[in-house]
Amino acid sequence: MPRIVQARGLPCPQPVLLTKKAMQEADDILTIVDGPDQAENVARMARQAGWQVEVDGKEEAVYVRITRPQRLPQGQKEEPGPPAGPLVLVVPGETMGRGESTELGQVLIRSFFHTLLETERRPDVIVFYNTGVRLVVEGSPILEDLRALSEQGVQILACGTCLGYFDLKDRVAVGTVSNMYTISETLLGAGRVVSL
Amino acid sequence: MRDRFRAADFPDLLVGLETSDDAAVYRVSDEVAVIQTLDFFTPIVDDPYTFGAVAAANAMSDVYAMGGEVVLALNICAFPTDLPLEVTQAILRGGADKVAEAGGVLVGGHTIEDKEPKYGLAVMGFVHPRRILTKAGARPGDILVLTKPLGVGLITTALKGQVAEPAHVAAAVESMLRLNRTAARLAQEIGVNACTDITGFALLGHGYEVAEKSDVRLRFHLEALPLLPGARGYAEESLFPGGSCRNRDAYRKHVEFAPYITEEEQMLLFTPETSGGLLLSVPAERREELLSRFTASDEPAWVVGEVLKGNGIEVV
Repeated sequence: MPRIVQARGLPCPQPVLLTKKAMQEADDILTIVDGPDQAENVARMARQAGWQVEVDGKEEAVYVRITRPQRLPQGQKEEPGPPAGPLVLVVPGETMGRGESTELGQVLIRSFFHTLLETERRPDVIVFYNTGVRLVVEGSPILEDLRALSEQGVQILACGTCLGYFDLKDRVAVGTVSNMYTISETLLGAGRVVSL
Repeated sequence: MRDRFRAADFPDLLVGLETSDDAAVYRVSDEVAVIQTLDFFTPIVDDPYTFGAVAAANAMSDVYAMGGEVVLALNICAFPTDLPLEVTQAILRGGADKVAEAGGVLVGGHTIEDKEPKYGLAVMGFVHPRRILTKAGARPGDILVLTKPLGVGLITTALKGQVAEPAHVAAAVESMLRLNRTAARLAQEIGVNACTDITGFALLGHGYEVAEKSDVRLRFHLEALPLLPGARGYAEESLFPGGSCRNRDAYRKHVEFAPYITEEEQMLLFTPETSGGLLLSVPAERREELLSRFTASDEPAWVVGEVLKGNGIEVV
């Protein structure tokens, strides 16, 4: 059950501040606000902090559900094994690996994401940047796999600057449009970073 | 309203509804035109005297944005019945002192009862009919000059949320209290092509009005824009007032941002200002003169962009 932050009837910045306070104590929060302006500020702040965000606008109120990205349980930090902090997968291009054949690189990346769905170990966050952002827009060859991963709780971040550069902002089909602040926080705060 | 009062029927109305500038200007003779404006709002700082002074500075700013001087002012007040008398008096004293500083005279006003306090001024100023500064004169090749830093709206919003640093609030208050009088006088003496003040529609909203009325394109350089201390930090925490979203929704289609400008930086430039500075469009060859004259008068001025052919705004 999420922690409820009842912020209806409160103007900005109260919803943001109340949500921030709750984020110190809970991992799963539902902030209820009057309208899209307040919801947008809450969602932006949570995304900045690296949380997963879902906004559900209803007639009577807007519901912003935010969840802390999955981390390993605290006790495990001391033990040998995988380092604490999320496993971050970085996708800096449309292809997997570099080589003479773009076609091969495309086959490989399709195969990689398909395989990822079948394996047990999943990344917590996948970050797409540079030409990699072409994989999160309409027409991407791995869109279905990414949607499935997203539904399973894998956070998908796409570099907003890159989407803007390729003029793809309106065509994002999966994941969250993010900024360099969040991306750098995600990379630096990661337990492990795996780059394709 | 534009249909009801057509400009053609009022030849002495030099600036009215159809040009939607900072204030109305009405010619009474070849030498004198009257500037008329009003503004009032709810408290944005805790101290009543400071609130009164800020509200007055903000209301009079429209006269300066038209290139004029303040002559007369009237109080506009709404106070709850249970507001202590000394609070009311402090608000009015703050306003009166500001009008006096502006060289004007406060001649009365009107008060009604209201749950939430409100204060401001109706202001009358004078300007020479041929020396009116409007939003409509910017020309390609001009430089854009801003006379106060941005960020008041973020800091007052953080203050409402009780999370603002006192030092940040102090700097914002100082900025709001400063009259645009000297800046407007210098602008008149140096000669500028367009002028407006930055208030509720934020830099990009008021900037767009200049672009639209002058039929030009404005380019702002993000790195050149002065920010009050703390403003960027509050923006990164998304402590935006509702007005930021409304301005963004209203003006976004007219503004192009370079791809590296973050959402928070964009929102900052859409955040309403209170008693903000003047935005001047100045012939490029007067750049050095303007900067040295402002420095000599101890008035800040930042070159923040330039005017291009085209329309809308770009931020790089």
